[in-house]
Amino acid sequence: MAADIRPKRPFRWHIGIFLAPAVLVYTAIMILPLAGTLQLSLFRNIEQHQIFVGLDNFRTLFGDPNWSVNFWNALRNNVWFFIIHMLVQNPIGVMLAALLSSPRLRFAAFYRTAIFVPTILSFVIVGFAWKLILSPLWGVAPHMMDLVGLKSFFTPWLGKEQYALTALSLISVWQFVGIPMMLIYAALLSIPEEVIEAAECDGITGMSQFWKIKLPLILPSIGIISILTFVGNFNAFDLIYTAQGALAGPNYSTDILGTFLYRAFFGFQLQVGDPNMGAAIATMMFLIILGGVCVYLFLVQTRLRRYQF
Amino acid sequence: MSTATRSLPRTIGAHAILLTYTAIALFPVILVIMNSFKSRAGIFGAPLTPPTPGTFDLIGYTTVIGQGDFTHYFQNSLVVTVASLFFVLLFGAMAAFALSEYRFRGNTLMGLYLALGIMIPIRLGTVAILQLMVASGLVNTLTALILVYTAQGLPLAVFILSEFMKQVSDDLKNAGRIDGLSEYTIFFRLVLPLVRPSMATVAVFTMIPIWNDLWFPLILAPSEETKTVTLGAQLFLGQFVTNWNAILAALSLAIMPVLILYVIFSRQLIRGITSGAVK
Repeated sequence: MAADIRPKRPFRWHIGIFLAPAVLVYTAIMILPLAGTLQLSLFRNIEQHQIFVGLDNFRTLFGDPNWSVNFWNALRNNVWFFIIHMLVQNPIGVMLAALLSSPRLRFAAFYRTAIFVPTILSFVIVGFAWKLILSPLWGVAPHMMDLVGLKSFFTPWLGKEQYALTALSLISVWQFVGIPMMLIYAALLSIPEEVIEAAECDGITGMSQFWKIKLPLILPSIGIISILTFVGNFNAFDLIYTAQGALAGPNYSTDILGTFLYRAFFGFQLQVGDPNMGAAIATMMFLIILGGVCVYLFLVQTRLRRYQF
Repeated sequence: MSTATRSLPRTIGAHAILLTYTAIALFPVILVIMNSFKSRAGIFGAPLTPPTPGTFDLIGYTTVIGQGDFTHYFQNSLVVTVASLFFVLLFGAMAAFALSEYRFRGNTLMGLYLALGIMIPIRLGTVAILQLMVASGLVNTLTALILVYTAQGLPLAVFILSEFMKQVSDDLKNAGRIDGLSEYTIFFRLVLPLVRPSMATVAVFTMIPIWNDLWFPLILAPSEETKTVTLGAQLFLGQFVTNWNAILAALSLAIMPVLILYVIFSRQLIRGITSGAVK
């Protein structure tokens, strides 16, 4: 915030005044609590006093079977959650964007608007609506599968340990596919007409035009949606909480870091909430997300060439 | 344009895929809304047909409106969203103006500092945020939520708005300076009106996550007085697991305001995204 201190120029107060509210609120409510949480993870509440215990909380988190089993389980589930998003959500998003951006496509605005609808709905609605649809009580899903002769494949996916997490990941994909679609669509629109025309002159059209010309040009945007997906997934909580509750059933099979943090910090049923362990888990999430962002910034982004037109 | 880009089978194929996906995207929403207007027998007997005079029933809606304090929750959500939005836009635009207009020592550093929050979610600081709110007596107040959401929305707002403010012509601002306008007048009277379209984009981006958030209302303001509509709906749905009419009606009531707003503002939102606001 320090203004240039040149002899002629008086101190420019207005810069400080313009910056102050944003910087104050942001620092007080976001940065300091974030730092405070990292710090709390090094303390433990012993007889009403916060005692510095170094890395003991992390030792408990990784070493004590009461915690470590749940932690590794949540981390594993979270990685699977992320993999499904990368393999299903982003390719579908890219495909939809590629189709939408084809020239003179009718109703493009309608498709765009409709496909983005799930993204604006709250997790509560999405979680519950899908819970109802997949419920064997209502019978919408088995009925629809019957229409295409697949009824024998129906099981209550959300209630089975081996399927629940995948089913929830796909629900989340259904909800968020609009975001990669829009960002890639924007990137495709910004490719100049001349490049496409040059490709056409060389006889490259249709699919090969997409793979050889457009895809390399939108790689930076694919990098961005990947990191956005990563941050969003490792920070997810709401969908699991609304669909399966804080215990992330059945038998913790849909537990991800967000729900694990909630239970550790707030306590649930028999478990007593422990802010310090909560802070330790939040710190781990912070490190994971920071790691992902760093990999993106230093390894991915610097290697992807940005084309300026 | 050459004919190669307009072959008929390809167009039909594109429409087929897009239509299929549109159906997948809209099906659950339509299904829920459709069935919310049916009697219990209609919901279970023929879930896939629209309500007929025989199955039409508003029992779900009367239950919800009779039971839940939804107008109150709705009001809370509205207050929180509008107030946070106001502060995000005002403070965000001011900071963006300072960063894009003036060259001063630490400019880039300040920009990076504010951009940190785009990547690191505020949720990770929850433990200390709760302590802070307890210490300042703000637990179970809407103020706590407004503060948190303002901080949450600022980084992206500053980032997007400063991109747009760089495009406002320098000549205009310098003309204002020659006419003796103060820097504040230049900001409020010249620059703000010019970036209004991008403010709308930022508003939509900021609004959706705030309106839909469950985590902070659950932790910072779970009392009856301060429940937001998202949290209220969540608890309500938990209580009425077996009353399908009520659940479907509550879901529809939660979907419709957002859906209506979206249909009105979708042009703005999509233009915002595709205009390269998020590069």
